[in-house]
Amino acid sequence: MKDRLNSIKAAAESELKDADSLSALETLRVKFLGKKGELTAVMKGMGGLSKEERPVIGQLANQVRGYIESALEEKKAALTEKAKELKLKAETVDVALPGKVPASGGKHPLNTVLDDLQDIFIGMGFSIVEGPEVELDYYNFEALNLPPDHPARDTQDTFYISDNVLLRTQTSPVQVRVMEKQKPPIRIISPGRVYRSDAVDATHSPVFHQVEGLVIDKGITMADLKGTLEVFVKKLYGDDTRLRFRPHHFPFTEPSAEVDISCFNCKGKGCNICKGEGWIEILGCGMVHPKVLRNCGIDPDEYSGFAFGMGLERVTMFRYGIKDLRLFYENDLQFLKQFKV
Amino acid sequence: MNLPLSWLKDYMNTDGISEKEYADRLTMSGSIVEGIENLGKEFKNVVVGRITKIEKHPDADKLVICQVDVGGEEIQIVTGAPNVFEGAVVPVAKHKSTLPGGVKITKGKLRGVMSYGMMCSTDELGISKERATGILILPDDTPIGEDITHTLGLDESVAEFEITSNRPDCMSIIGLARETAATFDRDFKIPEIKPTGNDEDVNDYAAVEITDSNLCSRFTARAVKNVKIGPSPKWMQNRLTACGLRAINNVVDITNYIMLEYGQPMHAYDLDHVEGRKIIVRAAGEGEMLETLDDKPRSLKSEMIAISDEKRAIGVAGVMGGANSEVTDDTVTVLFESACFNPVLVRRGAKALGMRTDASALFEKAINRACELLEEMGGGEVIGGEVIGGVIDVYPVPKRNTVLPFEPEKINKFLGTDIPESDMVDYLSRLEFKVEDGKVIVPTFRGDIESMADISEEVARLYGYDNLPVTMMQGRVVVGGKTFKQKMIDSIRNTLTAYGLYETMTYSFIDPKEYAQTRVPMDDAIRIINPLGEENSVMRTSMLSSIIKTLKINYNRRAEFAKIFELGMIYKPVGETLPDERQIIAIGMYGRTDFFELKGIVQGLLTRLGVSGAAFETETENKSYHPGRCAKVTAGGKTLGYLGQLHPAVADNFKLDTEVYAAELDLCTVLELATFDRTYKPMPKFPASGRDIALVVDKNVSVGEIEKIIHSASTEILESVKLFDVYEGEQVGENKKSVAYSLTFRAADRTLTDDEVSGLTEKILAALKSGINAELR
Repeated sequence: MKDRLNSIKAAAESELKDADSLSALETLRVKFLGKKGELTAVMKGMGGLSKEERPVIGQLANQVRGYIESALEEKKAALTEKAKELKLKAETVDVALPGKVPASGGKHPLNTVLDDLQDIFIGMGFSIVEGPEVELDYYNFEALNLPPDHPARDTQDTFYISDNVLLRTQTSPVQVRVMEKQKPPIRIISPGRVYRSDAVDATHSPVFHQVEGLVIDKGITMADLKGTLEVFVKKLYGDDTRLRFRPHHFPFTEPSAEVDISCFNCKGKGCNICKGEGWIEILGCGMVHPKVLRNCGIDPDEYSGFAFGMGLERVTMFRYGIKDLRLFYENDLQFLKQFKV
Repeated sequence: MNLPLSWLKDYMNTDGISEKEYADRLTMSGSIVEGIENLGKEFKNVVVGRITKIEKHPDADKLVICQVDVGGEEIQIVTGAPNVFEGAVVPVAKHKSTLPGGVKITKGKLRGVMSYGMMCSTDELGISKERATGILILPDDTPIGEDITHTLGLDESVAEFEITSNRPDCMSIIGLARETAATFDRDFKIPEIKPTGNDEDVNDYAAVEITDSNLCSRFTARAVKNVKIGPSPKWMQNRLTACGLRAINNVVDITNYIMLEYGQPMHAYDLDHVEGRKIIVRAAGEGEMLETLDDKPRSLKSEMIAISDEKRAIGVAGVMGGANSEVTDDTVTVLFESACFNPVLVRRGAKALGMRTDASALFEKAINRACELLEEMGGGEVIGGEVIGGVIDVYPVPKRNTVLPFEPEKINKFLGTDIPESDMVDYLSRLEFKVEDGKVIVPTFRGDIESMADISEEVARLYGYDNLPVTMMQGRVVVGGKTFKQKMIDSIRNTLTAYGLYETMTYSFIDPKEYAQTRVPMDDAIRIINPLGEENSVMRTSMLSSIIKTLKINYNRRAEFAKIFELGMIYKPVGETLPDERQIIAIGMYGRTDFFELKGIVQGLLTRLGVSGAAFETETENKSYHPGRCAKVTAGGKTLGYLGQLHPAVADNFKLDTEVYAAELDLCTVLELATFDRTYKPMPKFPASGRDIALVVDKNVSVGEIEKIIHSASTEILESVKLFDVYEGEQVGENKKSVAYSLTFRAADRTLTDDEVSGLTEKILAALKSGINAELR
């Protein structure tokens, strides 16, 4: 009997080794440990053993059972682990296959850049003010120190609705409307559509956008104008951007300046974006003309202020490397899709 | 304005200033240098030659063979020019030479005869744009062999300035020289004009009358007799050429030269053709005719200023002279005019005649300089003339210097600087401002200076804008930020882009015929008086055509589908001076979409904006939309707008062969109902129980009606009503449909009993039965 038990153990050992599935394992369990199994058969034959033999064989039989049981468990754990691995392997995907992107649209690139500009100025305490696009001649020209027959009116090719109503050529009339209504301190930017009867080409459009700013308070200086614009330009184009203020002329500011920034592309060395100059003209600005303040009921002896303005299309074209302004108003989805942010 | 740099030397020392430094520093002091061109740099190996011998070409009737002395050697050149003659002094482009435009000349055979170069015409030399008929014949005494750039005065660097409209004084060589000297802090001096004139009195020769001082504030004139018209000296011709003007004759050249030098427009009359030898400045008669110098007949307008003699108009003041008093080769007596006409009227006159003008104010100096130049020309030469003594000076409105208080402290406070007073005085005096007794006396040529701010600019630009300090604003704290409306607009953009729509921007003006195309009534939409074209002539009162045109561009470019929106302005006339400008949330879609996606987008948007109770009512009257697929959107008793499928006829008008969907919501009305406020409701503690009901109703009963009845028959324990199926077909019978709802009930304070829920459901069904004859299926 002892031999038989040992041979059962040996058989179990070798058959378990070869078992390669959970079902094969169950068959082995039944074969060795089941009610009609080999070990059970041996146990049933114990009755015929002598008193002395019985505990010895009994112990051996239990050892063999114990051995087979734990070997079965071990094997089962190993096979389960293997099955999990196989499952994972079978579930492998090719991560290079295309992803499923949720449908989403995008803002117009001009508004994306406008949002950036607005954020910068809001951070400096500015509010955003809008005004009418169909405007009175008075607000667009006269109040801004451009009386009838002023030569500068010729350079702003104006669309007229009637003798005294026009499509605003600049967003500056908003400044006048604000100054008429609000007492200083004033700190606003006025973005919006403006109109000039320019024939359409890569850099001209009869409709375009300006962003203007106005600050009025006691003791505002031209140095403050430089400081404010420096913060703005560095936030927009990076801290290493340099500014250059050149004297210029606008009827509604005095002194007036044009602002160049060091070319963001070549950092001032000269490239085709800056036409080899190293500088790019980006802004017009100046100290609000005393006549304009007076026209708006603000005493220029008590208050001073500055104003600045820029073309949104120009800033956006530089930002994204767009060479043709017409694209903004054509709205080809293939164009718009490139500026999702 | 072009400035030949060598001309500066008449007024100042320019030693040691490089061209680059010149351009940079002048730009930074306010006179923008757009570039410095060397006119002669394109020439290579082009010299002066003299034709010594001309022979016929053996094989060509129209060609001749010339031997040309080019200084030290004689070369053979074959030419077809009709105007060559033996002894002619001509420009010669030798073998291996270069002409403007990169044209290279080399030796070659012309009909079998060697030609070692080319004789040049004015257009080949780049000094005239018109095609010349022959070779340029140079004065006989031009040195043979001389480099042609020297001969033509093209060995010269010319700075091109952009002068702003406030500085007419810089539209002159002297003005720019003054700015240059001030910028580089060098001495500036205008040479004195030598007195001229014999002992006769100009008043015996001519008289001037100004009928209205509003037309002309000053008129100065001098006369010259025994004038001999001829070419002006070479130095003058060269300077005119360098500034882009053509030399004509000594008298005309002088007027142009002074225009350049002083910026003072001048005119010269043939005094013998001025009737009564009297100049009268008066308003032109409406329709009065005058043939101008360019030989064109002009019909004058009453707002122009006419220069006339005793009988007729002889010029339009400040714009152009008349042919009838023009200086010609036969002119013997010249009257020079230097005057100040009303600039507004001059500008209007120029505009009406389609011309440009410049204006200035240096009359007496200019007129005396003209006489000086003419007399200099006359010294021992055949040309020139005898200047009559005295000056006619009619000066009804004497001009005074502007005097302003000198306020160095205010200036420093304004600029944010600490510039010493003495430096300010220095800057101002460089610009010919006088500072005395606490006052600034502004030179008369600086009409732009009117206040402390103007003086500050003069100080700042000579101090250097780049040297101004950079500071941050002091003073009261100002809180910035976006308004409710601006934040809402951000939310609309964020929502619609998240829903897959792209934002577009279109022109605000449209073609009036788009109203018929979109079937939107045009009413009294605002028209632009001077539009770029009919297609951009009306300020839109609807966003529909803008949206459709954008869809069409993408449709034509084969985009399979498109979903767009625009927050566009419309301009509604409201009977006041200015229209009502209203922003519209406009949505447009085609391809892979249907009515319910559009409706869902609008519903989702309104929910995000906090607009509650939005309802969608059948709309059949809006002509732009499909009568069976259009809804009016309302909320809080207000109409927000419309949405639906475009009427196929409208889509057809735009040649869109697909279902097109659009929505138009009035932003302002939406915002009246929108809110960012949200109130927390505790999560439910008790379970919900549900009942599904399927109803058979008449086909024409809208689900809106059904839901209205369900809600009104329920109590507050009805939590939600969800439609989950609509079916039409044989099983429900003809003209019937089945509508299935999932009703959810929940109480906040207890678990509902089955009886409670069933009871309420029965009540709802009863109401549906009696209301719209709905049967439970």
